[in-house]
Amino acid sequence: MNTSPLKKLTLAALLAGTFFTANAALKVGDTLPDLAGYKLEGPLPAGLKGKVVIVDFWASWCRPCAELFPVLDELQKKYGDRLVVLAVNVDEQPANMKKFLTRHQISFNVVRDSEQKLVAAAAPETMPTSFVLDGDGRVCFQHNGFHGEATRREYVSEIESLLK
Amino acid sequence: MKTQPFFLLAAAGLLSLSGCANVKPWQREHLADYTMRADRDPLGTAQAEHIWFSREEASGGRGVGGGGCGCN
Repeated sequence: MNTSPLKKLTLAALLAGTFFTANAALKVGDTLPDLAGYKLEGPLPAGLKGKVVIVDFWASWCRPCAELFPVLDELQKKYGDRLVVLAVNVDEQPANMKKFLTRHQISFNVVRDSEQKLVAAAAPETMPTSFVLDGDGRVCFQHNGFHGEATRREYVSEIESLLK
Repeated sequence: MKTQPFFLLAAAGLLSLSGCANVKPWQREHLADYTMRADRDPLGTAQAEHIWFSREEASGGRGVGGGGCGCN
């Protein structure tokens, strides 16, 4: 088949477009990447091995994120050392995060992804998005958004199943 | 070569697509700002509606998509 250079160019452009728009999002079954490599602001919780971990991506301008916080706080208090909640803030301005945290008193860990590299690697579909990890750091469940009591019940069920 | 115009058109279309921007969910801080709301100023909206009605003899149809944080 005699293919013209123009056809080849068009095909190459289509393939390049497909390649560069491919989404390498974090999904169920994946392992959470090493957080130490993302220059997160704030202390990272130590000793995650063997514990259930919830990684929540949130922002101060996201109302469902604020509604999710009391639920995460309740879960952290309920499960204590067996659960680690890590809230990853993606605000552009650290002042916005600090202002938000003065209004929402919480007992879990918060770090700030100032360069938005971790969130770009996780590529959540919406805000908030949270991932529930098992003791080996593998993503077992994913929550897109927050839907009130239904989401809270799902969290409890998932944590209980992972703690067994 | 008969197929050349088609491929030229396709190539031009692909080039134009590069102008589109996809705002990621975590980059919508400015879209979520109150000032991005179309209805943030009720008086301004009423005035615009009045002008629109007087000039076009029509009203409404001002609802548009876009803006907001797109959360949940």
